[in-house]
Amino acid sequence: MKPTLTFLLLGLVLAVMQAARAQDETLNVPKSIEAGRAFSIQNPGSGEAILYIVGPGQVLKRTVQLGTSTSFPAGSVCNAGHYVVILAQASGTTAQSFDVTPANAPASLSFFAKPSRLPVGLHDGITGAVYVFDVYHNLIAAPTPVSFELSSPSGAVQRQLVSTHGGAAWTEMDSTSQQGSSKFVARAGDVSSARIISQVPGDPCDLKISAQPSGKELDLQTAPVRDCSGNAVPDGTIVTFTETYPGGQSTVDVPLKRDIAEVKMPPHDGATFTVASGVVLGNQIRWGK
Amino acid sequence: MLRQSALVCASILLATGMVSAQPEVTVDTSQLKGPRPLEDQTKAAAIRDYLQSWQGMNEAFEQDQPNLLDEDFIGTAKDNLADAIDEQAKAGVQTRYQDRVHHIQFLFYSPEGLSIELIDDAEYDVQVLDHDKPVSTVPVSARYIVVLTPAEVRWKVRVMQADSK
Repeated sequence: MKPTLTFLLLGLVLAVMQAARAQDETLNVPKSIEAGRAFSIQNPGSGEAILYIVGPGQVLKRTVQLGTSTSFPAGSVCNAGHYVVILAQASGTTAQSFDVTPANAPASLSFFAKPSRLPVGLHDGITGAVYVFDVYHNLIAAPTPVSFELSSPSGAVQRQLVSTHGGAAWTEMDSTSQQGSSKFVARAGDVSSARIISQVPGDPCDLKISAQPSGKELDLQTAPVRDCSGNAVPDGTIVTFTETYPGGQSTVDVPLKRDIAEVKMPPHDGATFTVASGVVLGNQIRWGK
Repeated sequence: MLRQSALVCASILLATGMVSAQPEVTVDTSQLKGPRPLEDQTKAAAIRDYLQSWQGMNEAFEQDQPNLLDEDFIGTAKDNLADAIDEQAKAGVQTRYQDRVHHIQFLFYSPEGLSIELIDDAEYDVQVLDHDKPVSTVPVSARYIVVLTPAEVRWKVRVMQADSK
């Protein structure tokens, strides 16, 4: 009974020693490397083996001499990700893993800006979202400062500085009070990306008409039509004149021409003339008794 | 009798690994950033399409067919995966990705609705074969950063990149 126990204990000690030796002979792989950087893997043992580096981003296979280190020159592994390293030899396989991290310097941006056209003076009307990539087009997940700038046609600049979270940053900005093209720029490090945002006048503001007799008709004319920021409302915008009189109503749609809409209407006794454009109502004029 | 036969068939399929188990999936939206709310339908579609992308990726790598990526991937993600498939085909290597667990955390829904970013703490097995001979199967636990963008009728993976945990 006693010799059996001794053999068992001896066997256990040998097994533990073997396991410890095997652990010493594991692949020496860097825990992480920067994308595109040179690196090497130390292969334990002696003889020849095949080294596999496998990840969804890249697959490499090398025949290696054990007991030496295998060097991978710069540019060998450029896609950030998690890679499995397998050393296959006659006696079996050993596996390790390492991470390839993105380079820290931003090299390109994906910039979504919306909308491309909007009315002036809209609060939080413009949104921008950015993803920051390195030179190998890996998403830089580490916090990276991004600045957003919206330049108005007058030269005034709205600026916001935000930090990326998981490689993404976003902002909301007000459209400016002046119509025209604005430049919306996102910048991270030395790279920038620009979008043009077209800002158009808003709805007419303070719509006013006046009336003048013109022969047998009445000449109705708007004052120059502006939005609430003072921008001229574009020609072609429809202005609706309505005459309501005892026993009837007539309506005429007139496009703006050089900021003004004008129409001739028959003056009925006791008629009321009103003007509207879109959802905006103007003043009204009573005519006759 | 019929039921017994069905059970036997199911046992054979499971034993031969012809039917792969569905991965365990959890979803968390508590860390979502951005002004745009993520509606339940959008969330469900994004998860469904993302999980399908793992199947698509596995099939593409297993069959050395980069065109099988077309349905699920776009842009950089598709290019990188297609390049890796070309590399493995040239080396006579095949890889199989069997996903087991996905802990998905929605991170960002961009204001204009053109991208969803999520983090996936995934657990999967990578099996490597060299000229059809199994080399090794390695269990992997990795955190993926994923950016999805809407395509014609579904969300496609534009960025899929493992990040150090």
